[in-house]
Amino acid sequence: MISTGRAIIIIVVVAVCTIITRAIPFILFGGKKEVPKRILYLGRVLPSAVIGALVVYCLKGIDVTTAPYGMAEFISICLVAVLHAWRRNALLSIAAGTVCYMVLIQIVF
Amino acid sequence: MREALKYSFIKTIPVMCGYLFTGLAFGLLLQNIGYSFIWAFFISLFVYAGSMQYVLVTLLAGSFGLPTVVIMTLLINSRHAFYGLSFIERFKKMGRLYPYMVFSLTDETYSLLCATVAPQNNKEKWTYFFIALLDHFYWIMGSVAGAIIGNLITFDLTGIDFAMTALFMVIFVEQWIDAKSHIAAVTGVLSAIIFLILIGPDKFILPSLVVTVLILNLLRNILEEKKVEGV
Repeated sequence: MISTGRAIIIIVVVAVCTIITRAIPFILFGGKKEVPKRILYLGRVLPSAVIGALVVYCLKGIDVTTAPYGMAEFISICLVAVLHAWRRNALLSIAAGTVCYMVLIQIVF
Repeated sequence: MREALKYSFIKTIPVMCGYLFTGLAFGLLLQNIGYSFIWAFFISLFVYAGSMQYVLVTLLAGSFGLPTVVIMTLLINSRHAFYGLSFIERFKKMGRLYPYMVFSLTDETYSLLCATVAPQNNKEKWTYFFIALLDHFYWIMGSVAGAIIGNLITFDLTGIDFAMTALFMVIFVEQWIDAKSHIAAVTGVLSAIIFLILIGPDKFILPSLVVTVLILNLLRNILEEKKVEGV
C-alpha cells in the first residue's frame, strides 16, 4: 500500500484534473464578454448528439462476436425506446428496461 | 423550493438507482484494497466522477507517477469538456451556485439538465441545483455504503446499473421526438459507433466527440436555417 500522504496527493490531483475538464468551456467562454454565436449554436445542437454518443458509450462493453452477442442489451434498449416513444413515461421506461435487463443477464443468458 | 426539491427527486430516481449501485461497487473495491469508508466519502465528495473513480482505485493500489495520473484523468474525463458548452448561458443565472453547477456536471446530471427547462425564475433555478445536488448525494451515499456494508449484500443486483443506460436512451428518445431535425442526433450516434469499431472501447469517445463537433460546425448553415433547438 502506498503512504497516506501519497494517496491524498493522488486524490487531489485527480479531483483538480476532473474539475478542469468540466470547467474548460466556462473558462474559455464564460466571461463577461458575449459568447460567440458559433459556440451558442454548438451548445444548442450538441446535447442530442452527445446523449446519443453516451448511449453508445454505455454499450461499449458488448461483444457482438461471441454468444449471447449483446442480445440482453439490445433487447432491453429497444424495449426502453419503444416503450418511451409510446407512453413517454420516463420512470416506467427505465424501470421496465432495467428489470428486463437484469432478468435477461441473470436468468436467460 | 420544496416543490423544486420534490420535482428534482422524481427526475433523479433513475440516477439514484444507478449511482447507489455503481457507488456501492466503488466503495467495495476501495475497501478491498484497504481504504475505509472515510476515504470513500471524501473521494466521492471531491472527485465525483464515476468511471474515473474506478481508475483511481487502480492508481491507489499501484505505484504510478503523477504525470500518468494527470494524463489519465484528463483523457478519461475529456468528454466532460463538451458538456459545459450547452450551459454557458444557463449557468450564468445560477448566481452563487454557479461553481457547484460546473463542478457537479457528470454524464447523468448533464443529461437530466439537458431535459429540464432552462432556469428563468427561482423555482427553475432551485430545480437545476437540486438535480445536481441529489445526484451527488446518491453517489456519496452509495460509495460510503459500499465501503461499510458492501460485503454483506447477498442478493444479486447484477445489471441494476443498466438504469443509467436506460436513462440516456429515454432522454435521447425525448429529444428525438421533439427535434425538427435528426441530423445532430444521427451524427453523434454514427460517429460514436464508427470510432468504437475503429479504435475500440477504451479510447473512442474523445475522437468521436471531436469529429461530431467538426461535422456539426460544418452543417451550421443547414441546421440554423431549420431553427433546430437542442432541447
